[in-house]
Amino acid sequence: MTIELGHFALVLAFAVALVQGTVPLLGAARRDPVLTGIAPYAAVAQFLLVSFALAALVQAYVTSDFSVRNVFENSHSSKPLFYKVTGTWGNHEGSLVLWVWILTLFGAGVAVFGRRLPPTFLARVLAMQGLIAVGFLAFMLLTSNAYLRLDPAPADGRGLNPILQDPGLALHPPFLYLGYVGFSTAYSFAMAALLEGRVDPSWARWLRPWVLVAWLFLTVGIALGSWWAYYELGWGGWWFWDPVENSSFMPWLVGTALLHSAIVLEKRNALKSWTILLAILTFALSLLGTFLVRSGVLTSVHAFATDPGRGVFILGLLVVAVGGSLTLFAIRAPAMQGGSLFAPISREGALVLNNLLLSTATATVLLGTLYPLALEALTGAKISVGPPYFNATFVPLMIPLLLALPIGTMLSWKRGDLPGVVSRLKFAVAASALVAAGYLALFDWRGVLAAFGYALAAWLVVGSLLELAGRIALFRIPIGRSWSRFKGLPRSALGMTTAHVGLGIFIIGVTATTSGQIERILVMNAGDTTTLAGYEVIFKGVTERRGPNYIAERGTFEARRDGELVAEIHSERRFYPVEGQTTTEAGIDTTLWRDLYFVIGDKVGDEGARTVRLYFNPLVVWLWGGLVVMAIGGLVSLSDRRLRVGAPVPARMRAAAAGG
Amino acid sequence: MTATTESAAANRRMWPYLLPVLVFVVIGAFLAYGLTRDPTVLPSALLDRPAPEFELPPIPGRDDHGFSRADLGGEPMLVNVWASWCVPCRAEHPLIMRLAREEGITVNGLNYKDRAEDALAWLAELGDPFTYVGWDFKGRVGIEWGVYGVPETFVVDGDGRIVYKQVGQMTPRVVNEVILPLIEKLKKQ
Repeated sequence: MTIELGHFALVLAFAVALVQGTVPLLGAARRDPVLTGIAPYAAVAQFLLVSFALAALVQAYVTSDFSVRNVFENSHSSKPLFYKVTGTWGNHEGSLVLWVWILTLFGAGVAVFGRRLPPTFLARVLAMQGLIAVGFLAFMLLTSNAYLRLDPAPADGRGLNPILQDPGLALHPPFLYLGYVGFSTAYSFAMAALLEGRVDPSWARWLRPWVLVAWLFLTVGIALGSWWAYYELGWGGWWFWDPVENSSFMPWLVGTALLHSAIVLEKRNALKSWTILLAILTFALSLLGTFLVRSGVLTSVHAFATDPGRGVFILGLLVVAVGGSLTLFAIRAPAMQGGSLFAPISREGALVLNNLLLSTATATVLLGTLYPLALEALTGAKISVGPPYFNATFVPLMIPLLLALPIGTMLSWKRGDLPGVVSRLKFAVAASALVAAGYLALFDWRGVLAAFGYALAAWLVVGSLLELAGRIALFRIPIGRSWSRFKGLPRSALGMTTAHVGLGIFIIGVTATTSGQIERILVMNAGDTTTLAGYEVIFKGVTERRGPNYIAERGTFEARRDGELVAEIHSERRFYPVEGQTTTEAGIDTTLWRDLYFVIGDKVGDEGARTVRLYFNPLVVWLWGGLVVMAIGGLVSLSDRRLRVGAPVPARMRAAAAGG
Repeated sequence: MTATTESAAANRRMWPYLLPVLVFVVIGAFLAYGLTRDPTVLPSALLDRPAPEFELPPIPGRDDHGFSRADLGGEPMLVNVWASWCVPCRAEHPLIMRLAREEGITVNGLNYKDRAEDALAWLAELGDPFTYVGWDFKGRVGIEWGVYGVPETFVVDGDGRIVYKQVGQMTPRVVNEVILPLIEKLKKQ
């Protein structure tokens, strides 16, 4: 019964979305406060209805109600409770419910926190959110309904792909969706601005918190996905340039560009139409990602089941949402004349460079992702584009971006003093040179690329910290006064430094893993010993173990250093009888400095010998750590009180306003 | 005169703003094309036709004679296109192992655009279900077979004709509902 109520709630939500998507637009056009006033209530009502629908589906999963087709196809009674819950979004239909729920969550968020926005503007933003919901609710109800029954109910379900039964992947979709569905707010703000015909610094200030929220969740979501790929796929890599990875990465790149261009708009009233375009493109790329994952156009490990009917529907949504917004952009944007002028060497100039490099990088990723499709359409040739393409095009674009970053943060607005900035960065130059020379001298005199990578990271970290030190005049004024200046810094400045330092930490992780990974593949018998990067590795043999819904062969290793036990590491091959599949669980011992990453393979002969794969991954945890620090930077910036539209206005300003 | 110059200037100002929507139209056209093409269907040119002529060397270091047209036929068999860099291949590999070891079906491999040492390490770690493996380092033979991406799996009958093609990762459902019944049927013919 609950499931029928859930279904009904979705139908109601669709009706509410129709009202939310049309009436407030009419109200805004006629300046009718009653009609515009409907929007926030509709947004909240929609959120409550979809929440109920999602809860009903989760309940069906938790209670293993196999009369629900979606539960039957994707769950099993023997699955642990945690994976019963997360299994709700481990399939196409269920994940769409989550997708729409997050869409309505953001809509309700804008309705609640945006009460201070001008009424017509708020009405238009929410109407756009409503229209997006209309499209996706229709898609769900017509082609991908998770709320259908089976009669008679089967005794048990088909189970969830074991590769998805994993904590990293269970949490990956919610974070990812909070990210790229969250970018729908950027889209709605941009469309509302185009409809109002007005873009100004306060628009950028309203937009910023929403983009930040979406961006930081997307950062965490991508980090979780990459971490999962690292430990679950069992070959020590962390990014594969898979089409589906790319489709979450492109909105991130453009979203990052948007965060930066919105600063220029907010501070200098420039880059208006460009910022609007980025806001549209960020969500357009999210929608494109949704299309690629769910239409079956590209095959990938992440892709949901192929269904051309669904593909046609999403393509239709894409054409209306993206084609419509870009057409509106072409009509309205030329009238939005940019504000103030600036010299090429200035903060604005640096941010424009950041935007050009990030958007070019996005274009190369997009090209690499869609090229096989385009080539086949034009010539019939079938090819696949692999990591070498992306490494050859993407990485060279990132190097100037990273080199320019600390310089850009120190340039002043309007007209910067490049020689002055360079002299302020002399410590960063010295630190990078020292790091590079130290690496070459102490570790590997041939590792020029690695030395460059570490130098780049040092340049970023030291450069960012020098910028912060400059702001608080560290060592130029008494330390106590520096401290009080530090406490008085805007949170957005601290957030920027944190995020940029995080980027530096990430680069350290990337450099170390790329250049310093040591891999050994060999056949080991129980009791055999080998060495790996200064560790003695002893293979203790394989035992059997029963999990809740699998049977595992468990290989045990000991890692010793100078005879002393450092870690006992278990790697498993798990067989899931319900699904008839085997997964490999790498055994990983993580410290701040290195991962020991061991995988047992197939039996060799009858004697119990095993192929084993042993990796030494230096500093690999820094890679995800850097991403988390970047997300924390976003969080710190988000706490800046200027961004909270509802934040109390300082008394002085209120008095001035009252007086005027 | 002035009016035309002005409108020309306005046009010049307009066109950069039209660029995004034009680019999107092109991308949209390719996506629409992508939908018309069902990647799970073999180009009809190859279905029920004899497999193309080819001859591939073995993966350097693997003890076999490579894989060529002459190895096809005699009995129904599978040809699995794989690469060590391909994530879904890894996911489907246990199923290929099961087909070869438990169901006793001959499986030959086409190792696609792969480095020899990576391919050998992969087989050593995950198990080697293949009778013969051809090393298609440049992907030439893959093109003749109409390989769209890895993994792909072909069912070849006793006369060396391609009768089925699975694009993308093999799943237990495909194995149980398509591959095994098809092989049974071919064996009886």
